[in-house]
Amino acid sequence: MTTTTSPPAPRATPPTSPPRRVPQHVRDLVARVTGDEKHDPSAHSTLDVVWTLYDQVLRVDPARPEAPDRDRFLLSKGHGPASTYAVLAAKGFFPASWLDDVASFDSPLGHHPDRTLVPGIEIGSGSLGHGLPLAVGLALGLRGRSPARVVVLVGDAELDEGSNAEAIQVAGRYGLGNLTCVVVDNHSDSLGWPGGIASRFALERWDAAEVRTRDQPRLTAALRRTEPDRPTVVVVDTTTTSESTATPGTTVKESA
Amino acid sequence: MTALAPPAPALDLRTRFYAELDPLLDAHPDVDVVLAVIGSGYMGRAIERHPGRVIDVGIREQALIGVAGGLALAGRRPIVHTFASFLVERPYEQVKLDLGHQDVGAVLVSAGASYDVSAGGRTHQSPADVALISALPGWTVHVPGHADEVAELLHREAAGTGRTYLRLSGQRNARPGPVDGRLHLVRDGAGTSSSGSAPLVVAVGPMLDTVLDATADLPVRVAWTATPHPLDVDGLRALAGPAPVLAVVTPYLEGTGAGEVAAALVDRPSRVLHVGVPGETELRRYGTPRDHAAAHGLDAAGVRRRVTSLLG
Repeated sequence: MTTTTSPPAPRATPPTSPPRRVPQHVRDLVARVTGDEKHDPSAHSTLDVVWTLYDQVLRVDPARPEAPDRDRFLLSKGHGPASTYAVLAAKGFFPASWLDDVASFDSPLGHHPDRTLVPGIEIGSGSLGHGLPLAVGLALGLRGRSPARVVVLVGDAELDEGSNAEAIQVAGRYGLGNLTCVVVDNHSDSLGWPGGIASRFALERWDAAEVRTRDQPRLTAALRRTEPDRPTVVVVDTTTTSESTATPGTTVKESA
Repeated sequence: MTALAPPAPALDLRTRFYAELDPLLDAHPDVDVVLAVIGSGYMGRAIERHPGRVIDVGIREQALIGVAGGLALAGRRPIVHTFASFLVERPYEQVKLDLGHQDVGAVLVSAGASYDVSAGGRTHQSPADVALISALPGWTVHVPGHADEVAELLHREAAGTGRTYLRLSGQRNARPGPVDGRLHLVRDGAGTSSSGSAPLVVAVGPMLDTVLDATADLPVRVAWTATPHPLDVDGLRALAGPAPVLAVVTPYLEGTGAGEVAAALVDRPSRVLHVGVPGETELRRYGTPRDHAAAHGLDAAGVRRRVTSLLG
């Protein structure tokens, strides 16, 4: 028998520095992304999540952006890349000067990101509903071969795309413990989600949590959480700054 | 050591594909097979001997391609299979973005061809598949006409990294040909008055035996390829001569590849006929693949009529 992969190594202890809000210098980097970026509110709604992931959760090394066992972050909601660009620049994946001419002909950074042009960008995205299916395939390919986690960020309106329903079902049935989906819920979906978003994942055997974007400790805890036998979903409500409505991992109840 | 001779390899292209998967998974540890139900009942041995490496996502063709793209991003080599309608047409944006735009490879293996599922009607027919795939950057299209060609192409592509479409058909030729991507002269037209410059009929994949039958007594040369895209430009230019009179006979949508042929011959005065499944009208009939070939003018009599019109 031959194999080209090594068995999964035990995961290192997650970073333990105290959770912190997005620092001003990262916010300044976001502001450097050209002001006429098409989907500005969308970009900012993801900043807390993306910063927390790169600062507190993901095992990535900007010096080795292609390391086989790196954790993968997939920005599926590709129309809001400013925060991801800013966080990647802040963490040293590419020079901050790249942020100053986004979407020019010579810039590797566009209004939708291209993985072949940008260190640290794991997928080209922009057309909605592609990130989660790709993440499911990535998780299937890495499972049992690498300690890497796969974390994919989608928007609540993006979930309208039916391809997500297929992927949610497949991930649940295959019990992908190395997969986490973060739903940034800014309540921009067109026809609503009666019963809530998290319950749809929970029904498909995902471990579901709901947090509010500014509840930093709970957001961090929810993003760190994995279950060995099932994928996790974290629904992040970005529309309020009050305390979270649910503790990560608690059973999701139906709500309007 | 076994006292029993192994069973003869299957002659049906699709059956051979299924039979090759078990040894293929043995030989290529980075290969995974991705299915949307179709075919899962025919590869029990591969599923049993390679747990976790045959991934059936159920009847979810967007996930079929998306998962394949993710597997490729993880360094796996996905072989993806279902009927052409559901492999190419239904998830076409996934093929474009989850494979092409991510710049990853996969081997898409379709069954059903143009009208193998003649009794199933239009929902299960996809004569435009090769045109659609060829419209996307970086794809190679193989249209084998013999089961041995399927096995050779499959093992070669499993070891590769590119984006490949392998189109399996119920129609097949009596003998295998070389699947090296080149255009091969099969009949040189000896006995005709000027064989070197006699019109050239290019048969693609499983059309070869039909073309040979159709043109047996016509003053033409016959060439063949199992790889219509990218076109073997050098081979075509070498065979076509200085003033090409050419027919291209395909088992899929008529005119597929016409741009490549025209570009290859742009510096020569040429007359080119494309023969394939007509695209303007939907054949709302059932029956057998043979019935459909006749209705489309893709049986020997129909091909002969078309080629004769080229000879003028």
